[in-house]
Amino acid sequence: MEDALVVHRLQFAFTVTYHYLFPQLTMGLALLLFLMKTRALQTGDPRYHQAARFWAKIFGINFAMGVVTGIPMEFQFGTNWADFSQSVGAVIGHTLAMEGVFSFFLESAFLGLFLWGEKRLSPRAHWATALAVFVGSWASGYLIVATNAWMQHPVGQYIDAAGKIGLGSFWGLLLNPWALWQYAHTMSASVVTASFVMAAVGAFYLLAGRQTDHGRLFVRWGVIAGLIASLLQIFPTGDQQGRMVAVHQPPTLAAMEGLFQTVEGAPLALIGQPDVEKRQLDNPILVPRALSFLTYQHWKARVQGLDAFPPDFWPDNIPLLYFAYHIMVGLGTLFLALMAVAAWKLRRGKLYSSRPLLWLLMLALPFPYVANTAGWMTAEVGRQPWLVYGLIRTHEGASKLVSAGSGWFSLLGFLGIYTVLSMLFLFLVYEQIAAGPEGSAHGAAPAAA
Amino acid sequence: MATLWFCLVAFMLAMYVVLDGFDIGVGAIAPLVAKSEEERELLVRAIGPVWDGNEVWLLAAGGTLYFAFPALYAASFSGFYLPLMMVLWMLIGRGTSIELRHHVDHGVWRRFWDGIFFVASLLLAVFYGAALGNVVRGVPLDANGRFFLPMWSDLTLGPPSGVLDWYTVVVGVAALAALGLHGALWLVLKLEGPVEERARRLAGRLFWAVVATTALVTVASFSVQSQILRNLEARPLGYFFPLLAVLGLVGILLGLRQRQALRAFLASCLYLGGMLTSVAFGVFPYVLPARPDAQLGLTAPGVAAPEHGLWIGLAWWIPGMLLAAGYFTYAYRNFAGKVRAEGYEG
Repeated sequence: MEDALVVHRLQFAFTVTYHYLFPQLTMGLALLLFLMKTRALQTGDPRYHQAARFWAKIFGINFAMGVVTGIPMEFQFGTNWADFSQSVGAVIGHTLAMEGVFSFFLESAFLGLFLWGEKRLSPRAHWATALAVFVGSWASGYLIVATNAWMQHPVGQYIDAAGKIGLGSFWGLLLNPWALWQYAHTMSASVVTASFVMAAVGAFYLLAGRQTDHGRLFVRWGVIAGLIASLLQIFPTGDQQGRMVAVHQPPTLAAMEGLFQTVEGAPLALIGQPDVEKRQLDNPILVPRALSFLTYQHWKARVQGLDAFPPDFWPDNIPLLYFAYHIMVGLGTLFLALMAVAAWKLRRGKLYSSRPLLWLLMLALPFPYVANTAGWMTAEVGRQPWLVYGLIRTHEGASKLVSAGSGWFSLLGFLGIYTVLSMLFLFLVYEQIAAGPEGSAHGAAPAAA
Repeated sequence: MATLWFCLVAFMLAMYVVLDGFDIGVGAIAPLVAKSEEERELLVRAIGPVWDGNEVWLLAAGGTLYFAFPALYAASFSGFYLPLMMVLWMLIGRGTSIELRHHVDHGVWRRFWDGIFFVASLLLAVFYGAALGNVVRGVPLDANGRFFLPMWSDLTLGPPSGVLDWYTVVVGVAALAALGLHGALWLVLKLEGPVEERARRLAGRLFWAVVATTALVTVASFSVQSQILRNLEARPLGYFFPLLAVLGLVGILLGLRQRQALRAFLASCLYLGGMLTSVAFGVFPYVLPARPDAQLGLTAPGVAAPEHGLWIGLAWWIPGMLLAAGYFTYAYRNFAGKVRAEGYEG
């Protein structure tokens, strides 16, 4: 049984991590595309139309990848986590079903028109399809975050005498305070990814000395949106999210920070390796009392270390949690620094000619993906050993009759198929970037949605 | 309340089969009706703007099943683990084939994706039929309401049973014929020229295959699942549902004879709806019958979520479905009329 549990966890972790590489760009790009279409409508400047057309193509490829890798997620709740589904389906089934009914129907009706309908629709109607796609994808994001938030901090449910979990309050589930901050944090992270991708493509065009008109446009939009989103990412969303963890999952906070002993005036570890056996942080670099201040706004506040909790309440992979969290925070800080410098140069009119900075913007492209992934790993590894925090332990949720062998069979299948999908995705996006916005404006119109 | 949600989930699943059914059917008959790259292109255009919305019904129905009948979702999804994983891979292959084939203008690239589109659609039709066959036949549920089925054992009804046995394979073939016909009728409706002609001739032939497999499946189902006969004896009004299917078949024949493409396609929808509701009626109150011990079967009230949550569900489901109906009317209106070779987007 232990074996099978590991495979169920691995498969879900792998498929959801891979899946989220796509929606994080889709959602952020949906916002940027909508803003671009708005500018195009306001100014009538054909460059904005051209730019929106170019990004819509990348959006389309990315969206298709998100759709085909998203379907397995809903299935896996039942296939691999049957006991979990049976216990809590009456609660989280609502948000999952609502995603289909309220977002996917909306997106599916308007995405095709947005991608291929520009010539047939009036500019205003085409702008409206961009709005519909934006609303649909952001609503979808909310319903999924609300589902996850319920697992992080279950509210709105009741447990009857027989131990059956039911949904007591719809608005409790939907307006979970955890969900509100987690959503804000997730969506601004999605805009970080989209703006970094846009800036990177623009920087590539400027460095390559082609499509430079659009290169400048992309860099400008990417840097401005990237600066705003990177800022929001840290404050208030990241800060508030951290406080949620401190209040509702204190052992998780201690593990994230590598704090083994409860202290007053807890230091913040910038670097260090958690040694769980010896219960200490090896070769740390500490900022004295900073953790107390960041968590409780008081330099001498007492912060509970892992020793304040029984070990079976500790997250089961403390080093992974610690590193995921530190990678996320470290990258988030660097993103803000990079975008602040770029924005300053942009303001002084020197960004487009600053090759080192353009190189940095181009090479930064993969890192928002790393940070987003690390952030979700912090949330999900941090939730352990619970599947639903305080209610259901992870080992209680798996499908008991699905053997490790069946799990390995499907996991290997997903690994193979997703490897092929990755190659296809990179190839197709490369083709679009190689053609560029000017090339794609008069290119052959795709045949169907 | 459980019965109401049983009807609503059955409705959503029927919508999925009727809608995604035609685009799966188009894929499954693709090599028979399209002979050149341009013609295959036409097939994809004939479903292009609507297939994704059709597939959303699967997710919406799945989600609704999840919150209304969590124990059923848990039992069936984990018990059918292996075939469902393959269905997922088919759905991935099919989705990518439709979305990616246009991105590179190269004969080999398109041919490759057309091949994936055909194989994935064909297998999906058979798998969906076999899944339905499994629900009718019943599965080896244990006292916890769980089971796990291997892909096949010795092709008898068991024990030991498998996902594929003679009965479920027959239902799978029947589903392939029915969805193939459904897809052909859609092509007759949406296309013109040689593809339309071929689709019409194929529909004429598939029609008799569907009549034959329907008769075969009906006889076999009565012998495999005794609950159906008991339900019909207890509530003779239930004959209404198979009657719908028969009316659908008559409608298809008349529609084909009189060259009324829309009427034939709608009759095919009626046939599929009639067959599915017959199954739902036939196994009720079971939603997942058990075999060999019928007592262990899962019933709608037994697997339903608590009442309060089901009322909450109704409060968002009704407005959500009205919105969805609006989007679908808009999308299909936008896509009305014949698809022409020069493309609808012009």
